[in-house]
Amino acid sequence: MSEDLLRIENLTTSFRIADHYYAAVDDVTLTVKKNEILAIVGESGSGKSALAFSIMGLHTKARIEGKVNYKGQDIVQMSPGMLNKVRGKEMSMIFQDPLAALNPLMIIGSQIDEVLLLHDTGLSKKQRKEKVLDLLTKVGIPRPEHTYHQYPYELSGGMRQRVIIAIAIANGPQLLLADEPTTALDVTIQLQILELIKKLKEDMQAGIILITHDLGVVSEMADRVAVMYAGQIVEIADIYTLTSNPQHPYTRSLFNSIPTVKEVKSRLHVIQGIVPSLKNLPRTGCRFAGRTPWIDASAHEENPQLHEIAPGHFVRCTCYRHFHFPDSTEEVGTDGIA
Amino acid sequence: MALLEVKDLQVHFPIRGGLFSRQVGEVKAVDRVNLAIEAGQTYGLVGESGSGKTTTGRAIIGLNQITGGSILFEGADLASKGARKQNNVRRDVQMIFQDPYSSLNPKKRVLDIIAEPLRNFEKLSPQEEMRKAQELLEQVGLSADNVLKYPHEFSGGQRQRIGIARAIALKPKLIIADEPVSALDVSVQAQVLNFLRDIQKELNLTYLFISHDLGIIRHMCDRIGIMYKGRHVEEGTPEDIFDNPRHIYTKRLIAAIPDIDPLQREVRNVFRRSVSEEYDNAYRSHFDQDGLAYPLRSISDTHMVAMPEKG
Repeated sequence: MSEDLLRIENLTTSFRIADHYYAAVDDVTLTVKKNEILAIVGESGSGKSALAFSIMGLHTKARIEGKVNYKGQDIVQMSPGMLNKVRGKEMSMIFQDPLAALNPLMIIGSQIDEVLLLHDTGLSKKQRKEKVLDLLTKVGIPRPEHTYHQYPYELSGGMRQRVIIAIAIANGPQLLLADEPTTALDVTIQLQILELIKKLKEDMQAGIILITHDLGVVSEMADRVAVMYAGQIVEIADIYTLTSNPQHPYTRSLFNSIPTVKEVKSRLHVIQGIVPSLKNLPRTGCRFAGRTPWIDASAHEENPQLHEIAPGHFVRCTCYRHFHFPDSTEEVGTDGIA
Repeated sequence: MALLEVKDLQVHFPIRGGLFSRQVGEVKAVDRVNLAIEAGQTYGLVGESGSGKTTTGRAIIGLNQITGGSILFEGADLASKGARKQNNVRRDVQMIFQDPYSSLNPKKRVLDIIAEPLRNFEKLSPQEEMRKAQELLEQVGLSADNVLKYPHEFSGGQRQRIGIARAIALKPKLIIADEPVSALDVSVQAQVLNFLRDIQKELNLTYLFISHDLGIIRHMCDRIGIMYKGRHVEEGTPEDIFDNPRHIYTKRLIAAIPDIDPLQREVRNVFRRSVSEEYDNAYRSHFDQDGLAYPLRSISDTHMVAMPEKG
């Protein structure tokens, strides 16, 4: 296997609420290799986007502890000037909402050109224009010369997302963060964008972090998967192990709760209760315990750790050994807020 | 007789421009759509954004003016004037909206949100109203003492249930659910879908279920219609659509669904390439010169496909 491109060590990102800091990303350790897609899966509030923003150094008010090692440099310790040199060149991000990520007053061409200009590629104006057209072609935009002069509002959602990707890959980054890149798109367009990301990975040998809540997308794309719940990683494994042999109760519940076209379930599994808020997290016990009340309290461990149960397969807490689904998946009336 | 029968429904929107905002054209958002739903059944309307599925739903409940065709609800035509008033349609047809964050008025208490339809149609004393609202909350699985809270105090799934409580307050016969779970997390999604099925049995509800998520459609529906550019391209039972899709557009849509099994990646890739080739080759025989679908033709008792005469 190739060497690690990015090594995140004990990363904790905390936000201030009133007078206290609360960790939205709690002690996360991860690696990403070259030519690898690492998927981070979780529901809203699990901390997956906060993690991505920490890696990119985009948080301005958060307290960040731990290390984000990119090729031997620690991003957390970088000055804003240094960060600006790395971001958009060595590593870049594909944002979720393509309309919000583009400047509505600038033509597409200039928005891509800007990235080339800022990172001082030494290209002449003419060369840059050629490069921009080349990028537009690469991401599958049919009439690059025409689109170059268009404004974001003139493009469809799928086309805008392609422009975002063109900006992200303009300087040939080695690390690409894609935060829900297809959530706003229809399935047929989603497929085209996913194929494009896969192709870029192969062409550039880049490491990709794909953040999503869609297990279908994960199964199509990922080499390895990290499942996040309430700020922590609860399970990491390669994609084949994770889909065929998921261990953590949360991972198993997730897989059981999605309706698929292949398998018709009479009832979907419902995860009881709600994701605990940042303030009310059980900081010392198993964070998922509150949502599996039928599991005996002794199944969980104090300060749950990640256990390596097979090479490369990590599961947090001991409760996975004792987990089973309840006999009745009846949920109505059990999750009301009192 | 079907509870709801939509015949040749057309909804066109004018395009205005030029001097004095004259009408310079029109968008045929819904272009001769036919569908029928039996009481107690769920009809799924699928399509990509811009296919006209939401407009169809809104036209049925009266939120969009219809250009042509008829909507028969229990045999009465809703397109004729005054029909909606006379036939209790406004009580019997209700809607569940997509976004539980914007479809509940943030300044109203849960009580007022749920009781609003009751206030419009029934004369209840404040005590009766309160009791009814609490009953409805319990029916959707929320505790009755939530009745004086405001929407922001609830999670997404709970809000969607409040929207459902409002929709079932008048004991409707037909509920139009427009992407009811697409704004929710997977785990919450499961909760709301299960719940929609439970109350369907309990209250003998009929659903028109609008969604772009084919997994959810397969899970929920008895009959499925696939829409493209304002027209149906295929209609049938879930087995017809998913196991034996006949229209090239349906095939492409199904092939694009992400597969949950990573071991199938290669197989899927090969399959997708073949579907994509078929799409390019067979495009001319599946769409007319304007790129629109042909009228539906039956190919079995349950299965209809949009094909030209000789198909």
